[in-house]
Amino acid sequence: MTSHHLATILLQGSTDSFSPIESLWRLFEWLLVDVYGTGMNLLSELLGVRMLGYPYMQRAYLAAVCIAVIGPLVGTFLVHRELSMLADTLAHTAFAGVAVGLFLNAALSLSLSPLLTAMIVAVGTALLVELLIDYADAYSDTSLAIVLTTGFALGSVLITATDGGIAVGIDAYLFGSLSTVSKDNVGLLVAMSLLIGTLVTVAYRPLLYVTVDATAARAARINVRLYKRLMVVLTALVVVSAMQIMGVILVAAMLVVPVATAGFVAQSFKQSILLAILAAEFAVLSGVTLAYVYGIAAGGSIVLSAAAVYATVLVVTKVDIRWVLRLLPTRSGPSVEHAEQGLEADGGERE
Amino acid sequence: MTTETAGAESLRRRSEELVVSVDDVSFAYGDLPVIESVSIDVEPGAFLGLVGPNGSGKSTLLNLMLGLQKPDTGTVQLFGEPAGEFDAGERIGYVPQNATAAADRMPVTVRELVTMGRYPRRLVGRFSDEDRRAIDDALRAVEITDLADRRVGQLSGGQRQRVFIARALAAEADLLALDEPTVGVDAESREAFYELLADLNDSGLTILLIEHDIGVVTTYASEIACLNRRLYFDGDPEDFVATDALAAAYGTDQHVLTHDH
Repeated sequence: MTSHHLATILLQGSTDSFSPIESLWRLFEWLLVDVYGTGMNLLSELLGVRMLGYPYMQRAYLAAVCIAVIGPLVGTFLVHRELSMLADTLAHTAFAGVAVGLFLNAALSLSLSPLLTAMIVAVGTALLVELLIDYADAYSDTSLAIVLTTGFALGSVLITATDGGIAVGIDAYLFGSLSTVSKDNVGLLVAMSLLIGTLVTVAYRPLLYVTVDATAARAARINVRLYKRLMVVLTALVVVSAMQIMGVILVAAMLVVPVATAGFVAQSFKQSILLAILAAEFAVLSGVTLAYVYGIAAGGSIVLSAAAVYATVLVVTKVDIRWVLRLLPTRSGPSVEHAEQGLEADGGERE
Repeated sequence: MTTETAGAESLRRRSEELVVSVDDVSFAYGDLPVIESVSIDVEPGAFLGLVGPNGSGKSTLLNLMLGLQKPDTGTVQLFGEPAGEFDAGERIGYVPQNATAAADRMPVTVRELVTMGRYPRRLVGRFSDEDRRAIDDALRAVEITDLADRRVGQLSGGQRQRVFIARALAAEADLLALDEPTVGVDAESREAFYELLADLNDSGLTILLIEHDIGVVTTYASEIACLNRRLYFDGDPEDFVATDALAAAYGTDQHVLTHDH
């Protein structure tokens, strides 16, 4: 059965004929509004939580859940290749891409989607950075800093050169926003999640080999250059898909912070991906909720939640409790040993 | 058949039998010559120890042999094919310099790393029973089966080296290349590690080893190549110790510390 037929059936025997993309879109709309939306409405009534019943919050939660899957999925490879800063660099050049779109639209009376130009510019930059690291023999750190600032500079120049550029809501791109998450945005994120999920699944082995031991991978005749490029292109796709919610300045955190958190406890690479996604899901769900309740920027509250999880895991796994106890003021000299014994007697945990 | 083609034919057959054949190879980084007219053959089953002072081009020569770098002049054959075009990745097991240090920080288990040896044969798709058997055999051969689910970074230096050897064994490689594998490994584990290499060599694995400890190489290797941009010596370890190639290559008086075993 083609997606066309499926969509037609799902639309209760509608006789209009659609192109495959249109059919997919209708199917997605139906799933989003009638299946997911209805489910969330039910949940909202069951729990008595009103915000779950608002369509824009339903979209925000779905988008956030997608971001929390693709961010760590790609970020795990990136972080362990010691290229964490690449995500940030691509986000800032994606901002330049948005500006290019707005500028071209204003200057040539076009109606390009700024997201499309952002995608093109970010993917192009990703490949350029990979070339710089490979051939120019520059420290990757320095290459990234140069590209990051140049991209952002280009963005700021183009924005100010575009009439009314500031009014288009550049703030939403910089800091992210929940209320601007449209059906299109959610559609893009769901499609990207499927695409990125599929690519990482298919290319998991070479990506892992290249991440862990690129030289040996090359000796084993694995196309290291191809997979390094795939990795940076995937990063660009994640960053651009997620930037409308997270904001260009903060989006990189979703590829880095949960991964670093998982790194403290994960025993295997697969486990580290799964734990990172888990940490990210916790961060986005609490972050989006806090953003709604307190009327604060979603990107910021998500990243703060992620950082809180990171700090908690760091303290629990790395900090020796005896060391903390030694810092506490000791009243009339009960020794540290006593404090420890007291803790044990209370059934407290010791490292 | 003319004598000329017969000669070419026998030359071709001879180079097919060789694991590596380096013929009059030179290589420079920009203006800096690193390798100058080096010719060396590696026979199947050889245990070649590559020695030379720091910066003498040992790692570069190894990379040229494995086809990871292209020579400026001269040719390199790997299993009878031009090294740059050779694509049977599973036949090569490579333990790069500092590879173990990099793996330290990563959340990878011993089994995950050893499994990478099967990747050239199965880049996508489910592993077969044969793949799994090869991985289990490799873990057993270097006696790390009970460590399989541990994170590589939690192991001792000596154990970590075995993990990387196991990766090559899982690949069922014909050639094992190691670039200073025992840096940062204590003396006792180092000895056990070289005993393991010698055993693997006895069972037919060809080994290329870069090692700065000349005493160790002359004890375990079956052939020594001494390099300092040019090849100063290529032959039996006993002869190497007896000649003055070492002093010539290093430019100073060197004393070989022999280990009692």
